[in-house]
Amino acid sequence: MTLDPVQIWTVIAGLAVGTFFIRWSFLGLLGDRELPEWAHRHLRYTAVAILPGLIAPFVLWPTATQGQTDPVRLAAALVALGLGVWRKSAVAAILGGFGTLYALQYLTAG
Amino acid sequence: MTKPQTTSKSAFWAGYRDCLPFILVAGPFGMLFGVAATDLGLNLVETMTMTVLVIAGASQFTALLLIEENAPTFIIILTALAVNLRMAMYSAAMVPYLGKASRGMKLLLAYFNVDQSFGLASVRFPLETGWTVANRSAYFCGASMAIMPFWVLFSYLGAAFGTKIPDSFALDFALPICFLAIIAPALRTLPHVLAAFTSVVGALLLSWVPFSLGLIIAAIIAMMVGAWSEKWLEGRKQ
Repeated sequence: MTLDPVQIWTVIAGLAVGTFFIRWSFLGLLGDRELPEWAHRHLRYTAVAILPGLIAPFVLWPTATQGQTDPVRLAAALVALGLGVWRKSAVAAILGGFGTLYALQYLTAG
Repeated sequence: MTKPQTTSKSAFWAGYRDCLPFILVAGPFGMLFGVAATDLGLNLVETMTMTVLVIAGASQFTALLLIEENAPTFIIILTALAVNLRMAMYSAAMVPYLGKASRGMKLLLAYFNVDQSFGLASVRFPLETGWTVANRSAYFCGASMAIMPFWVLFSYLGAAFGTKIPDSFALDFALPICFLAIIAPALRTLPHVLAAFTSVVGALLLSWVPFSLGLIIAAIIAMMVGAWSEKWLEGRKQ
Protein backbone atom coordinates (compact mmCIF):
# COMPACT_ATOMS: atom_id res chain seq x y z
CA MET A 1 0.00 0.00 0.00
CA THR A 2 1.44 3.39 -0.97
CA LEU A 3 0.76 6.21 1.43
CA ASP A 4 0.32 9.84 0.57
CA PRO A 5 3.03 11.77 2.47
CA VAL A 6 0.87 14.90 2.52
CA GLN A 7 -1.89 12.96 4.27
CA ILE A 8 0.55 11.39 6.75
CA TRP A 9 2.11 14.74 7.68
CA THR A 10 -1.30 16.40 7.95
CA VAL A 11 -2.40 13.65 10.35
CA ILE A 12 0.82 13.96 12.38
CA ALA A 13 0.51 17.76 12.62
CA GLY A 14 -3.21 17.74 13.39
CA LEU A 15 -2.90 15.03 15.99
CA ALA A 16 0.15 16.64 17.64
CA VAL A 17 -1.32 20.14 17.86
CA GLY A 18 -4.80 18.93 18.84
CA THR A 19 -3.50 16.57 21.52
CA PHE A 20 -1.28 19.25 23.02
CA PHE A 21 -4.19 21.67 23.10
CA ILE A 22 -6.40 19.10 24.87
CA ARG A 23 -3.66 18.48 27.47
CA TRP A 24 -3.11 22.19 28.01
CA SER A 25 -6.77 23.24 27.83
CA PHE A 26 -7.87 23.68 31.44
CA LEU A 27 -4.42 24.03 32.94
CA GLY A 28 -3.34 26.82 30.63
CA LEU A 29 -6.39 28.44 29.15
CA LEU A 30 -9.57 27.82 31.08
CA GLY A 31 -7.99 27.97 34.52
CA ASP A 32 -10.29 27.48 37.47
CA ARG A 33 -13.42 27.07 35.42
CA GLU A 34 -15.03 23.87 36.67
CA LEU A 35 -15.81 21.10 34.25
CA PRO A 36 -19.45 20.21 34.93
CA GLU A 37 -20.18 16.85 36.49
CA TRP A 38 -21.98 15.52 33.43
CA ALA A 39 -18.93 16.28 31.28
CA HIS A 40 -16.65 14.34 33.65
CA ARG A 41 -19.11 11.50 33.56
CA HIS A 42 -19.03 11.30 29.76
CA LEU A 43 -15.30 11.90 29.32
CA ARG A 44 -14.56 8.94 31.58
CA TYR A 45 -15.90 6.69 28.83
CA THR A 46 -14.27 8.18 25.70
CA ALA A 47 -11.57 5.50 25.38
CA VAL A 48 -13.84 2.48 25.94
CA ALA A 49 -16.47 4.07 23.67
CA ILE A 50 -14.16 4.44 20.65
CA LEU A 51 -11.47 1.77 20.75
CA PRO A 52 -13.62 -1.40 20.88
CA GLY A 53 -15.71 -0.28 17.90
CA LEU A 54 -12.60 0.69 16.00
CA ILE A 55 -10.93 -2.66 16.48
CA ALA A 56 -13.91 -5.04 16.13
CA PRO A 57 -13.91 -5.19 12.28
CA PHE A 58 -10.15 -5.88 12.21
CA VAL A 59 -10.58 -8.76 14.65
CA LEU A 60 -13.56 -10.28 12.84
CA TRP A 61 -12.35 -9.68 9.28
CA PRO A 62 -8.54 -9.40 9.31
CA THR A 63 -6.76 -7.56 6.50
CA ALA A 64 -4.09 -10.26 6.20
CA THR A 65 -6.68 -12.93 5.30
CA GLN A 66 -8.48 -10.63 2.83
CA GLY A 67 -11.37 -10.15 5.23
CA GLN A 68 -12.02 -13.85 5.81
CA THR A 69 -12.68 -14.60 9.48
CA ASP A 70 -9.59 -16.39 10.77
CA PRO A 71 -10.10 -18.80 13.71
CA VAL A 72 -6.46 -18.44 14.77
CA ARG A 73 -6.56 -14.62 14.97
CA LEU A 74 -10.01 -14.71 16.59
CA ALA A 75 -8.75 -17.10 19.28
CA ALA A 76 -5.68 -14.90 19.88
CA ALA A 77 -7.93 -11.86 20.28
CA LEU A 78 -10.22 -13.64 22.74
CA VAL A 79 -7.27 -14.81 24.85
CA ALA A 80 -5.78 -11.29 24.87
CA LEU A 81 -9.12 -9.81 25.92
CA GLY A 82 -9.81 -12.50 28.52
CA LEU A 83 -6.35 -12.31 30.11
CA GLY A 84 -6.40 -8.52 30.08
CA VAL A 85 -9.74 -8.38 31.89
CA TRP A 86 -8.84 -11.16 34.32
CA ARG A 87 -5.30 -10.05 35.23
CA LYS A 88 -6.06 -6.30 34.79
CA SER A 89 -2.77 -6.21 32.92
CA ALA A 90 -1.83 -4.98 29.46
CA VAL A 91 1.37 -7.00 29.47
CA ALA A 92 -0.53 -10.22 30.21
CA ALA A 93 -2.89 -9.43 27.31
CA ILE A 94 -0.03 -8.80 24.86
CA LEU A 95 1.91 -11.92 25.87
CA GLY A 96 -1.21 -14.12 25.90
CA GLY A 97 -2.43 -12.79 22.56
CA PHE A 98 0.84 -13.27 20.71
CA GLY A 99 1.48 -16.59 22.49
CA THR A 100 -1.86 -17.95 21.32
CA LEU A 101 -1.40 -16.56 17.81
CA TYR A 102 2.00 -18.19 17.32
CA ALA A 103 1.11 -21.46 19.05
CA LEU A 104 -2.02 -21.96 16.92
CA GLN A 105 -0.24 -20.89 13.73
CA TYR A 106 2.45 -23.46 14.45
CA LEU A 107 -0.08 -26.20 15.22
CA THR A 108 -2.30 -25.54 12.20
CA ALA A 109 0.59 -25.08 9.74
CA GLY A 110 1.55 -28.80 9.61
CA MET B 1 11.46 18.73 65.00
CA THR B 2 9.55 19.64 61.90
CA LYS B 3 9.45 17.36 58.93
CA PRO B 4 12.24 18.30 56.49
CA GLN B 5 10.85 20.28 53.62
CA THR B 6 10.55 18.46 50.32
CA THR B 7 12.90 19.82 47.68
CA SER B 8 11.95 19.91 44.04
CA LYS B 9 14.84 17.56 43.37
CA SER B 10 13.54 14.91 45.75
CA ALA B 11 9.99 15.36 44.42
CA PHE B 12 11.27 14.86 40.87
CA TRP B 13 12.94 11.58 41.80
CA ALA B 14 9.88 10.46 43.77
CA GLY B 15 7.83 10.85 40.61
CA TYR B 16 10.52 9.13 38.58
CA ARG B 17 10.58 6.14 40.94
CA ASP B 18 6.80 5.87 41.16
CA CYS B 19 6.54 5.72 37.38
CA LEU B 20 9.25 3.13 36.73
CA PRO B 21 6.92 0.10 36.81
CA PHE B 22 4.97 1.57 33.86
CA ILE B 23 8.01 1.09 31.64
CA LEU B 24 7.02 -2.57 31.46
CA VAL B 25 3.87 -1.49 29.59
CA ALA B 26 5.25 1.46 27.62
CA GLY B 27 8.13 -0.61 26.23
CA PRO B 28 6.07 -3.25 24.41
CA PHE B 29 3.46 -0.69 23.27
CA GLY B 30 6.12 1.64 21.92
CA MET B 31 7.82 -1.18 20.11
CA LEU B 32 4.57 -2.40 18.59
CA PHE B 33 3.73 1.12 17.49
CA GLY B 34 7.06 1.36 15.67
CA VAL B 35 6.53 -2.04 14.08
CA ALA B 36 2.92 -1.36 13.07
CA ALA B 37 3.70 2.10 11.65
CA THR B 38 6.57 0.73 9.58
CA ASP B 39 4.47 -2.23 8.49
CA LEU B 40 1.82 0.20 7.25
CA GLY B 41 4.41 2.13 5.23
CA LEU B 42 5.40 5.11 7.38
CA ASN B 43 9.10 5.93 7.19
CA LEU B 44 11.35 6.37 10.20
CA VAL B 45 11.08 10.18 10.29
CA GLU B 46 7.27 10.09 10.09
CA THR B 47 7.01 7.38 12.75
CA MET B 48 9.37 9.11 15.18
CA THR B 49 7.88 12.58 14.68
CA MET B 50 4.46 11.21 15.49
CA THR B 51 5.61 9.31 18.55
CA VAL B 52 7.61 12.26 20.01
CA LEU B 53 5.00 14.96 19.35
CA VAL B 54 1.84 13.03 20.18
CA ILE B 55 2.99 10.63 22.94
CA ALA B 56 -0.42 9.04 23.28
CA GLY B 57 -0.31 5.42 22.20
CA ALA B 58 -4.01 4.70 21.77
CA SER B 59 -4.57 7.71 19.51
CA GLN B 60 -1.45 6.89 17.47
CA PHE B 61 -2.72 3.34 16.92
CA THR B 62 -6.12 4.78 16.01
CA ALA B 63 -4.55 6.99 13.35
CA LEU B 64 -2.69 4.01 11.88
CA LEU B 65 -5.82 1.87 11.67
CA LEU B 66 -7.84 4.62 9.99
CA ILE B 67 -5.04 5.31 7.50
CA GLU B 68 -5.15 1.60 6.69
CA GLU B 69 -8.93 1.88 6.27
CA ASN B 70 -8.45 4.75 3.78
CA ALA B 71 -10.57 7.07 5.91
CA PRO B 72 -10.51 10.79 4.96
CA THR B 73 -7.74 12.81 6.64
CA PHE B 74 -10.18 14.98 8.59
CA ILE B 75 -11.93 11.91 10.04
CA ILE B 76 -8.60 10.31 11.00
CA ILE B 77 -7.58 13.39 12.98
CA LEU B 78 -11.03 13.83 14.53
CA THR B 79 -11.31 10.21 15.68
CA ALA B 80 -7.76 10.05 17.02
CA LEU B 81 -8.29 13.32 18.92
CA ALA B 82 -11.54 12.00 20.34
CA VAL B 83 -9.55 9.13 21.85
CA ASN B 84 -7.45 11.78 23.65
CA LEU B 85 -10.38 13.83 24.98
CA ARG B 86 -10.01 12.13 28.35
CA MET B 87 -6.90 14.28 28.81
CA ALA B 88 -9.05 17.41 29.01
CA MET B 89 -10.41 15.83 32.18
CA TYR B 90 -6.83 15.26 33.44
CA SER B 91 -6.04 18.89 32.65
CA ALA B 92 -9.07 20.11 34.59
CA ALA B 93 -8.34 17.81 37.53
CA MET B 94 -4.79 19.18 37.86
CA VAL B 95 -5.82 22.87 38.00
CA PRO B 96 -6.13 22.94 41.83
CA TYR B 97 -2.62 21.47 42.17
CA LEU B 98 -0.68 22.94 39.24
CA GLY B 99 -2.75 25.94 38.16
CA LYS B 100 -0.45 28.42 39.93
CA ALA B 101 2.67 27.26 38.06
CA SER B 102 4.31 29.70 35.64
CA ARG B 103 3.06 29.96 32.08
CA GLY B 104 6.18 28.28 30.67
CA MET B 105 6.02 25.48 33.24
CA LYS B 106 2.38 24.86 32.38
CA LEU B 107 3.29 24.37 28.71
CA LEU B 108 5.82 21.76 29.80
CA LEU B 109 3.35 20.14 32.20
CA ALA B 110 0.76 19.96 29.42
CA TYR B 111 3.21 18.11 27.20
CA PHE B 112 3.95 15.78 30.14
CA ASN B 113 0.24 15.22 30.86
CA VAL B 114 -0.01 11.53 29.99
CA ASP B 115 -2.05 8.69 31.48
CA GLN B 116 0.74 7.57 33.80
CA SER B 117 1.83 10.95 35.20
CA PHE B 118 -1.78 12.00 35.74
CA GLY B 119 -2.68 8.67 37.35
CA LEU B 120 0.20 8.87 39.81
CA ALA B 121 -0.26 12.58 40.55
CA SER B 122 -3.97 12.26 41.20
CA VAL B 123 -3.22 9.68 43.89
CA ARG B 124 -0.19 11.39 45.45
CA PHE B 125 -1.04 15.13 45.39
CA PRO B 126 -4.04 14.92 47.75
CA LEU B 127 -1.85 13.03 50.28
CA GLU B 128 1.17 15.38 50.15
CA THR B 129 -0.48 18.40 51.74
CA GLY B 130 2.88 20.07 52.45
CA TRP B 131 3.99 20.14 48.82
CA THR B 132 4.45 23.46 47.02
CA VAL B 133 3.46 24.05 43.41
CA ALA B 134 7.15 23.66 42.52
CA ASN B 135 7.27 20.28 44.30
CA ARG B 136 4.18 19.08 42.46
CA SER B 137 5.47 20.29 39.11
CA ALA B 138 8.75 18.47 39.75
CA TYR B 139 6.93 15.27 40.69
CA PHE B 140 4.81 15.46 37.54
CA CYS B 141 7.87 16.02 35.33
CA GLY B 142 9.78 13.23 37.09
CA ALA B 143 7.02 10.73 36.42
CA SER B 144 6.91 11.62 32.73
CA MET B 145 10.68 11.65 32.36
CA ALA B 146 10.77 8.07 33.64
CA ILE B 147 8.48 6.76 30.96
CA MET B 148 8.82 8.99 27.88
CA PRO B 149 12.41 8.15 26.92
CA PHE B 150 11.44 4.48 26.93
CA TRP B 151 8.34 5.12 24.86
CA VAL B 152 10.45 6.94 22.25
CA LEU B 153 13.36 4.49 22.38
CA PHE B 154 11.16 1.43 21.95
CA SER B 155 9.16 3.08 19.14
CA TYR B 156 12.49 3.62 17.42
CA LEU B 157 13.57 0.02 17.93
CA GLY B 158 10.27 -1.21 16.51
CA ALA B 159 10.47 1.14 13.54
CA ALA B 160 14.12 0.40 12.82
CA PHE B 161 13.92 -3.36 13.06
CA GLY B 162 10.26 -4.02 12.31
CA THR B 163 10.90 -4.46 8.58
CA LYS B 164 13.30 -7.32 9.29
CA ILE B 165 10.58 -9.41 10.93
CA PRO B 166 9.21 -12.04 8.52
CA ASP B 167 5.52 -12.23 7.54
CA SER B 168 5.05 -15.47 9.49
CA PHE B 169 5.06 -13.40 12.69
CA ALA B 170 1.64 -12.06 11.67
CA LEU B 171 2.50 -8.51 12.73
CA ASP B 172 -0.66 -7.33 10.98
CA PHE B 173 -2.35 -8.53 14.16
CA ALA B 174 -0.08 -6.51 16.46
CA LEU B 175 -2.50 -3.57 16.28
CA PRO B 176 -5.63 -5.52 17.28
CA ILE B 177 -3.77 -7.19 20.14
CA CYS B 178 -2.43 -3.82 21.32
CA PHE B 179 -5.88 -2.32 21.32
CA LEU B 180 -7.30 -5.26 23.25
CA ALA B 181 -4.44 -4.86 25.75
CA ILE B 182 -5.41 -1.20 26.22
CA ILE B 183 -9.15 -1.86 26.46
CA ALA B 184 -9.25 -5.03 28.59
CA PRO B 185 -7.79 -3.64 31.84
CA ALA B 186 -10.08 -0.60 31.46
CA LEU B 187 -13.20 -2.78 31.68
CA ARG B 188 -13.33 -2.30 35.44
CA THR B 189 -16.98 -1.55 35.99
CA LEU B 190 -20.33 -2.51 34.48
CA PRO B 191 -20.74 0.91 32.78
CA HIS B 192 -17.32 0.48 31.12
CA VAL B 193 -18.34 -2.96 29.86
CA LEU B 194 -21.69 -1.66 28.59
CA ALA B 195 -19.99 1.25 26.81
CA ALA B 196 -17.48 -1.09 25.15
CA PHE B 197 -20.24 -3.48 24.06
CA THR B 198 -22.32 -0.62 22.64
CA SER B 199 -19.26 0.64 20.78
CA VAL B 200 -18.68 -2.73 19.06
CA VAL B 201 -22.33 -3.35 18.14
CA GLY B 202 -22.83 0.24 17.04
CA ALA B 203 -19.69 0.36 14.90
CA LEU B 204 -20.58 -2.91 13.16
CA LEU B 205 -24.21 -1.89 12.53
CA LEU B 206 -23.20 1.57 11.31
CA SER B 207 -20.26 0.48 9.14
CA TRP B 208 -22.29 1.51 6.06
CA VAL B 209 -22.17 5.20 7.06
CA PRO B 210 -19.70 6.98 4.73
CA PHE B 211 -16.33 8.51 5.77
CA SER B 212 -15.97 6.15 8.76
CA LEU B 213 -18.44 8.40 10.59
CA GLY B 214 -20.33 5.35 11.86
CA LEU B 215 -17.59 4.86 14.44
CA ILE B 216 -17.97 8.41 15.76
CA ILE B 217 -21.75 8.02 16.02
CA ALA B 218 -21.34 4.65 17.76
CA ALA B 219 -18.79 6.21 20.14
CA ILE B 220 -21.12 9.06 21.12
CA ILE B 221 -23.92 6.59 21.86
CA ALA B 222 -21.49 4.36 23.78
CA MET B 223 -20.30 7.31 25.91
CA MET B 224 -23.89 8.12 26.79
CA VAL B 225 -24.58 4.49 27.67
CA GLY B 226 -21.54 4.53 29.98
CA ALA B 227 -22.43 7.83 31.63
CA TRP B 228 -26.13 7.07 32.04
CA SER B 229 -25.66 3.55 33.36
CA GLU B 230 -23.14 4.91 35.86
CA LYS B 231 -25.67 7.46 37.04
CA TRP B 232 -28.40 4.85 37.21
CA LEU B 233 -26.24 2.48 39.26
CA GLU B 234 -25.35 5.32 41.66
CA GLY B 235 -29.01 6.15 42.07
CA ARG B 236 -29.82 2.57 42.97
CA LYS B 237 -27.10 2.41 45.61
CA GLN B 238 -28.49 5.36 47.56
